[in-house]
Amino acid sequence: MSLVVCLLCIMLVPLAAAGLALIHQGLGRSRSAAHAMLGTLCALAISAIFFVLFGSAWAGVAGGPVHSFAAGGFHWDWLGAGAFFGHGVSVDGSDPAGLGRSLTLCLEMFAAGLAAMIPLSAGSDRWRIGPICISSALLAGFIFPLFAHWVWGGGWLAQLGTTFGLAGFFDAGGAGVVQVVGGLMALAVAWIAGPRKGKYSDDGVAAAIPGHNIVLVLFGCLLALVGWIGLDSASSILFGGAGVEQIPGVVVNAMMSASGGALAAVMVTRARYRKPDASLSANGWIAGLVAGSAACGMVTPVAALDTGMIAGLLVTYMIEAFELQLRVDDPGGAVSVHAGAGLWGLIAVGLFGHFADGTRGNHMLAQLVGIAALLGFMLPLIYGVNLLLNRFEPYRVDGNGDWQGMDIRELGAGAYPEFVVHADEFVPR
Amino acid sequence: MRLVGCLLLLSGFFIVLAALVLLGGFSQRVGFVAAGLAVEALGLGLLTQGHKPVAKEQR
Repeated sequence: MSLVVCLLCIMLVPLAAAGLALIHQGLGRSRSAAHAMLGTLCALAISAIFFVLFGSAWAGVAGGPVHSFAAGGFHWDWLGAGAFFGHGVSVDGSDPAGLGRSLTLCLEMFAAGLAAMIPLSAGSDRWRIGPICISSALLAGFIFPLFAHWVWGGGWLAQLGTTFGLAGFFDAGGAGVVQVVGGLMALAVAWIAGPRKGKYSDDGVAAAIPGHNIVLVLFGCLLALVGWIGLDSASSILFGGAGVEQIPGVVVNAMMSASGGALAAVMVTRARYRKPDASLSANGWIAGLVAGSAACGMVTPVAALDTGMIAGLLVTYMIEAFELQLRVDDPGGAVSVHAGAGLWGLIAVGLFGHFADGTRGNHMLAQLVGIAALLGFMLPLIYGVNLLLNRFEPYRVDGNGDWQGMDIRELGAGAYPEFVVHADEFVPR
Repeated sequence: MRLVGCLLLLSGFFIVLAALVLLGGFSQRVGFVAAGLAVEALGLGLLTQGHKPVAKEQR
C-alpha cells in the first residue's frame, strides 16, 4: 500500500520542476526567457539520462553493494557500487522485491533533475546552453549521487549512529541532498560566470534588474507546492521510514512551512520597503518549502511553521547581502533560497525533530556533521569541477550576447517577438 | 585567496572527521565540530572575497 502511495507521490514531483522553471524564467529578463526554459528542459533531460545510466549505480540503495574503506579503525561507506546503465532495476515486474529499488531510482532521477535546474537561476541571462548541459551531466552523474549515497543510500552520514554512537544524519525530503547541493552549484556558477553587464556600476553600486513576469513566478510557486508535497511524501516513505498514516502530516507540514516562509517575507518586505515585495515573497515561499523538507513529518505543524517563518526571514536578508555586500549576481536568489534555507532546514531538524532514539544533542551533532560535509567537501568539489569545466567550455556568453539577450544570441529568436522592444538596444555602445 | 579558501573548507571538514574518529566525549566532539565549522566559515569568506575583484574586472 505504502509503495503505491509512494509511486503516486513521485508522479507529482515533476510539478516542482515546472514550478521552479517558471520562477527562474519569470525572475530573469524577457530577452532570455526562451533560453531559460530551454536550458531547464536540457538540464532535466541530461540529468535524467546521466543519473539513470551512471548516477544511480553510485547513489545505490541502503543495504546494497558499496565501495568502502577502513580508516581510523572505522568503516567508511562512501559510494554505491550498483550496476550501471540501469541494469539493477526490474522493468518487467519479475522481481517484486525490487519495487522499492525501482521507486528509489524513479524519485532520485527527478531529484537529480531538480538539483540540476537550481543553478540555472543563478546563471540566468549569461550562462550558455552548452556548459549548462555538461554541468548538469556532471551533477547528475556523479556529484548528486555521491551525497545522495551518503544520506539516502545508507552511506557514512546515515551510519553516524551505528559507527560513532551519535544519530544518523536526517534529511528525509532532500533539503541537503537536493537543495543545498543545487544551491552550492548555483553559487559556483554565479562566481564563475560573474555578474551581468550593468548590474554593478563603477563605484560598486548594484542596479535593480527586475524580473520580467512576476505572474509566472507566483504561479510557479503554486505548482512547486504540489511537486514539493509529492517529493516530501515519497522521500519520507522511502528514506525517512514513514508509513502511509504519516503522509497527511507531511502534507500539512509542507503547507505550514511554505505559508510561514511566504508570510514572513511579506511582513519583512512590507516593514522595510512599506509595500510587500512580490519576488522576495515568492522566494520566501520556496525557502519555506526547502527548509521544511528536511524534517517532513518528523516535526509538529507548529514547528514546521516556525521553520518556514525563519527561512522566509533569513532569505530576504540573505538575498540582499549576496547582491549588495558580497556582489554575487544571483537573479533568482537561488543561493539564498536553496542553499541558505536548506542549511537552516537541516539545523531545524536537530532543534525541532521528534526522535524516538538518542538524545537531541546527538541528533544536532549529526546534523552539524552533515552540514560540515556539504560546505567542507561538496562545495570545493562542486567549485573545482565547475572551474575546470569553465576552462574548456566557457560559461559566460560574450559581451554582445550579454546585452543582446540569450534568446537572440543562442536560439536565434526571442520568446516574445511581437511585444518586446528593449530600451537599450538602440543605445550606442 | 581562492585556493586558500578551498583548502580551509577542506581542512574544516577534516577537523570534523578527526573529531568523530579521535574523540569520544560528547562535549569534546561538539567543540571540535564547532571549530571545524568555524574554519569552513573562514574558508567560505575567503573564497567569496576572492571572487569580488573578478566581478569588478568583468564590469
